[in-house]
Amino acid sequence: MKAKDLRLAELKTAIREVSPREALALQAQGAAIIDVREVDEIAQGSPPGALRLGRGFLELRVEDAVPDPERPLVLMCASGARSLFAAEDLKRLGYARLFNMGGGFTRWMNEGLPVEVPPRFDAGARERYSRHLLMPEVGEAGQLRLLASKVLLVGAGGLGSPAAMYLAAAGVGTLGIVDHDAVDRSNLQRQILHTDARVGTSKVASARQTLEALNPQVKVRPFELRLTSENVEDILQGFDVVVDGSDNFPTRYLVNDACVKLGLPNVHGAVFRFEGQATVFWPRFRMRRGPCYRCLYPQPPPAELAPSCAEAGVLGVLPGVIGLLQSVETLKILLGIGEPLVGRLICYDALRGRFTELELAPDPRCRYCGEGAVFPGYVDYEQFCSGVPA
Amino acid sequence: MNTVVVRIPTPLRSYTKGADEVHATGATVAEVMSALGAMHQGLLERVLDAEGEPRQFVNIYLGARNVRALQGMSTPVGEGDVISIIPAVAGGAT
Repeated sequence: MKAKDLRLAELKTAIREVSPREALALQAQGAAIIDVREVDEIAQGSPPGALRLGRGFLELRVEDAVPDPERPLVLMCASGARSLFAAEDLKRLGYARLFNMGGGFTRWMNEGLPVEVPPRFDAGARERYSRHLLMPEVGEAGQLRLLASKVLLVGAGGLGSPAAMYLAAAGVGTLGIVDHDAVDRSNLQRQILHTDARVGTSKVASARQTLEALNPQVKVRPFELRLTSENVEDILQGFDVVVDGSDNFPTRYLVNDACVKLGLPNVHGAVFRFEGQATVFWPRFRMRRGPCYRCLYPQPPPAELAPSCAEAGVLGVLPGVIGLLQSVETLKILLGIGEPLVGRLICYDALRGRFTELELAPDPRCRYCGEGAVFPGYVDYEQFCSGVPA
Repeated sequence: MNTVVVRIPTPLRSYTKGADEVHATGATVAEVMSALGAMHQGLLERVLDAEGEPRQFVNIYLGARNVRALQGMSTPVGEGDVISIIPAVAGGAT
């Protein structure tokens, strides 16, 4: 008898063997199935929901995938031999409840149990996203999630430009862009999506050209129109996150109201000369209730107190800083990592070189997102923001 | 009476000769704002309504907390505290 067979026989007495059916039942009760086969084997299929950690990197990756050492683990490979060695290693790492799936994936298939063919990256995508794939917070699963995600950018201007560039670079699969405007030469001081040669052409078409050149894998959905109470839900529906980079109060309130109604996170940014603000309005955030825009500002300021950037100016790079904070928040939300800026406002003062964080509390009496509030419907936003009572 | 730093947002700096921070004294947020208004004509009505409460498009923070979540304008202030006036800003620079 070879040494490996002797060792396997010993291990069989130490690690409990389960059948594929028992493994499936354990998984349903909260156990993790860990597939330790090689990438090319897994590409042919794997049990749905299995953690595909690979034998080579198993010890390095397992603690990120299964932080709880008490969680039951079912190890599996093609036949049940490699997984038995793997189970022994995990036992040494401190995992207490280990099972080995006898007969491996071959028996799983023979018994007609469900199989999932995991989506794969082609060589180009693997290279493009290699810096993401290296980080456990993104990894293959996170990158696949980004590729399947849909983000709507309201405005292809100062904030929308940098946000869209980095979201496209990061591999967010679908980017919707709403803008009714044409590129103006005065935009080019900050709106890096556009070029001098495209002055006078549609902003959404220009944005699409730039983003598809940067990452042809990204699907750009252009909406060359103005958001209105009538079209807002049709457009927002189906997106995972909305990035508000609009330049006027009527649109800000409209986007807020629609996001509240549809339960979407609204990644907000605003700039003025050398100052900017960023936050995430998301009353339905699952970790804690966040405020909406109306909790913070129930009424817009009268026009004379709120000059626009077109009237007051803005340092070209300032929306770059804030737009990038918006894209960071968007990626965090899509990946489900970190602490999103829900209930916190970041204020950036470029001249002082200072970031200040302020707390934003939800208003329990908010008519739009407050406790027990019934959505009161869309209003005439131009009138609402003109200061004339409706 | 305590002296606090009041941070002035860009749209209101025309009232403070361009200063982004000014000092004012008082025992409460209301007193500080009133002292601020006495020093800088026209500023206060941009921030507070006729009842002396923050207008609907302005928030006043003491440190990181909105005074609405504290004791409103009666919130006591300490020496060296920072009050920030944060108005709604629309700009996305489109």
